Amino acid sequence: MTTPDLRQDQRMDEIMAVLLRSGVSLAAGLVLIGGIVYLSRHDLPAINYRVFQGEPQELRTVSGILREAATVHGRGLIQLGLLVLIATPVARVLFSVVAFLYERDWTYVAITVIVLALLCYSLFGGGGL
Amino acid sequence: MNTLEFTLLVGMGSLLAGFLGSLTGLGGGVVIVPMLTLLFHVDIRYAIGAALVSVIATSSGAAAAYVKEGYSNVRVGMFLEIATTVGALVGAAVALHLHVSVIAIIFGLALIYSAFSSLREKSEHKIDVAPDRIATWLRMDSSYPTPEGMAPYHVRGVPLGFALMFGAGVLSGLLGIGSGAVKVLAMDQAMKLPFKVSTTTSNFMIGVTAAASAGIYLSRGYIDPGIAMPVMLGVLGGSLVGARILAGATVRTLRLVFGVVIGFLAVEMIYNGFAGKM
Repeated sequence: MTTPDLRQDQRMDEIMAVLLRSGVSLAAGLVLIGGIVYLSRHDLPAINYRVFQGEPQELRTVSGILREAATVHGRGLIQLGLLVLIATPVARVLFSVVAFLYERDWTYVAITVIVLALLCYSLFGGGGL
Repeated sequence: MNTLEFTLLVGMGSLLAGFLGSLTGLGGGVVIVPMLTLLFHVDIRYAIGAALVSVIATSSGAAAAYVKEGYSNVRVGMFLEIATTVGALVGAAVALHLHVSVIAIIFGLALIYSAFSSLREKSEHKIDVAPDRIATWLRMDSSYPTPEGMAPYHVRGVPLGFALMFGAGVLSGLLGIGSGAVKVLAMDQAMKLPFKVSTTTSNFMIGVTAAASAGIYLSRGYIDPGIAMPVMLGVLGGSLVGARILAGATVRTLRLVFGVVIGFLAVEMIYNGFAGKM
């Protein structure tokens, strides 16, 4: 077993930091734009959040949210931003898989692939739980 | 209250929560659920969904800074994320079947714990810890920056840490919090990592844990854009401002005040849970 190259690790850390920051910024931007659209078009007097109803189907799934956001609906755009936000840690794990592959650290390739699979299961198949 | 008023008030509350959470190190997510349920009478499931989203935002933002400074132990974090994500999936699945009163009571207890643990004294320097077989095999031993240069450290207690992390994941999925307090307990106490490494690695992990639960909450329809929007933007904005302010002597007092507020909210949540008012 080789010791990981410290300089290499540092470069990976820097790319990871950029990745995280851009994901959060993109998500915040989408949510902000969606929020402005949502508030400017919304003229309902009040919403009752006291009673739980659950979101409609088109705001629950990845494909539904993409369709809703494409029509520039405020709620759809906000939900797209939230989806980007949830995807940011997933992208970070995906990046770690690549980084460990590059280092030929097979133990950690396996570990990160397991984490990635669990996250994908939650995002795409979690509704069935 | 109309939609605009609701959005502005929730946004301002979240801004304050994010600001105090980042300044005291307790995280803004813990007060979001009590704020939404007790003050705005939002259903606890919507509140948890919104809190999870804000937790991902602040954790990812902060992790970006810490990873760069070289404090967080990426290997320890990645290995333990198996435990936290499985736990988060279990917690989120259980939350769908529990009565909201039960969730409120568990939430209150978790709040009390996190308030207490933040007041605990922290010792940064550990007596030399001997290498451990599992940790060595997983190449977890590392070093971290100190004023005297890079200090190497050994990792211990991997199985116990792993088990505690599963618990942290369950709480996170059940309550929509980052459960940073339990994560730090697992790494600082069970695995003997230096405190600064524990807190930053915990932060690094929180985003992944919360994302695992958030996927389930989203597909179950528990994440409402009208609530999540002001909460996410508010907490994120508040935590960014909080991180820019230098930690001074006032932080101690502030942490005490925030701890008392959290304790009060906890009692209220537990009371409402037992009274069936959730």
